[in-house]
Amino acid sequence: MSARRRRRAVLLQAACVAVTLFMGVPLYLVTLAALSSRESLNRFPLPLLPTDVSTETLRTFLSSTGIVGSFLNSLTVGLSTVVLALLVGVPAGYALSRYTFRGRGPYQLFLLLTRALPIVVLSVPLAQVFLSAGLYDTTYAVTLLHTALALPTTVLITAAIFLSVPRDHEEAAVIFGATPLQAFLRIVLPQALPGIAAAAMFAFVMSWNEVLGAAVLTLNQRTLPAQVLSTLGDSPLAFRFAGGFALVLPALLFIAVMRKYLLNMWGTTLR
Amino acid sequence: MLEAGPGRRHLPGGVMTLTAEPATETPPRARRPRRARVPAPLLLIGPSLVFMTALFAWPTIVGVGQAVTGDDGPTLAYLRRMFDDPYFWPAVRYTLLLIVVLIPLQFTFAIAMALLLRERPRFAGFHFYVWVIPLAISDLAAGLVWLSVFTDRGYLNSVLDHLGLDGYAWLSFQHKPTIFLAVVVAELWRATSLVFVIVVAGMQNIPKDYDEAAAVFGATYWQRLRHVILPQLRPSIQVAMILRTILALQTFAVAQALAGRDFPVLVGETYQWYSSLQNPHVAAAIALVVLLVSLATSIAYLRLLRVPAGEEAR
Repeated sequence: MSARRRRRAVLLQAACVAVTLFMGVPLYLVTLAALSSRESLNRFPLPLLPTDVSTETLRTFLSSTGIVGSFLNSLTVGLSTVVLALLVGVPAGYALSRYTFRGRGPYQLFLLLTRALPIVVLSVPLAQVFLSAGLYDTTYAVTLLHTALALPTTVLITAAIFLSVPRDHEEAAVIFGATPLQAFLRIVLPQALPGIAAAAMFAFVMSWNEVLGAAVLTLNQRTLPAQVLSTLGDSPLAFRFAGGFALVLPALLFIAVMRKYLLNMWGTTLR
Repeated sequence: MLEAGPGRRHLPGGVMTLTAEPATETPPRARRPRRARVPAPLLLIGPSLVFMTALFAWPTIVGVGQAVTGDDGPTLAYLRRMFDDPYFWPAVRYTLLLIVVLIPLQFTFAIAMALLLRERPRFAGFHFYVWVIPLAISDLAAGLVWLSVFTDRGYLNSVLDHLGLDGYAWLSFQHKPTIFLAVVVAELWRATSLVFVIVVAGMQNIPKDYDEAAAVFGATYWQRLRHVILPQLRPSIQVAMILRTILALQTFAVAQALAGRDFPVLVGETYQWYSSLQNPHVAAAIALVVLLVSLATSIAYLRLLRVPAGEEAR
């Protein structure tokens, strides 16, 4: 019996390690490729261990035309998306968590529907709308699209957060003479802040990763993924590996910070 | 989970407006009378409603218009041009094939991962971290990551060479099956985490008692899995399935990074028509096809997987 149990434990460990390798090894490889010199990338077979680490490939990538600019654009769009999505989304999330109002059901259905709408359906017509509005090829246009994409999730996440803030505290504050706005700012917001930060990071990552819409809505004011995508066809492999690495790096940091929120937040709210 | 619980009380309206007063009092003289009449929830959700109507509903209508109207009135020319394009039907075929192959694999994989973690292996925290990293990785980045593996002089062929085997042109346009394989592997790598997180979260809501009771009565692991665990995971799996299918329909940058137009998919064709061929009308028409297919799949799933009423209120 105990031998069988031990064999099961070993199998379990082995399976977990296998999955971890499948998930982790490609990350290691793209890092390795991005940190190799061009000369060693031309060798075959490629070295599988970091024998000669060099920043040459990354430096070439960073100094190619449009990369730094698009990096800054990505940052601008990402941060503006966060601000806008929170400004519009937090009140709606609060309303969903605190009130039962008429039209609440349809509103939630609308949120779900918008999430099911493919980005591609929005991007092409929006390009025309923004052209006639004079917003085409600006970071504002991309920000608006990304906010629209992040908004349903922001509303749902913040609604879940406010639900977990006990209502008694808020009511007590009001009884002791605070205005509802004061009660919200002084009592509810501090307690909800970690969750709101998580929602903000979600919006940022969504914006940082979105490729198609940004590529369709811009020509010169590209974001980083859009820039990498549009030069994909005629760039050397080294450039593409460095681009992949530059796009992956924030994801590692993001997940490291977000790990403990993931299950509460995405697991249950993503649906 | 956002449904109002039975114990939910109804706060007096206007609780969030700056002028709010206890509802029992008569409103003091005309202090912002117009403002007070708008119910607070409406004020709060209003901006988001306006925003999303402007950026979701309006473009959808414009898009339909773009697909069926030309410079001089309504026309079916763009739709015909889309159907006649030699890349269109392969794109439809590859997109659907990808979904049919990918989704079952992905769900098996994700559920297996969740079950592994449920057994509390050692270093569970570390494993979980690595397994969810792809959640934050864009499809373009995932495509580039796997490009470094599958490209002719890439890491896979290097490993084969170290082992004394011959390399293979995995991504050559002559080898469609291996291109498809590469795209499936890359998507499996990138998007399984999403399903995994939803399934794990769903598993946390399952009380352990049922499973333990079944074990006490001598049910084997497979019997418990089949009759206790999976049925309770059904709501989570259903949601994940709709979400993933819609997202899989939009697969684009992975295929673009790995194979360019050698592996045409629907959204990739939209991008081609828009940016290379400079024809937003046909691009909008293809986008509408994507929309219709995703609507149809969501409805089909909701019908097929409908949870019996009362099992989960949502």
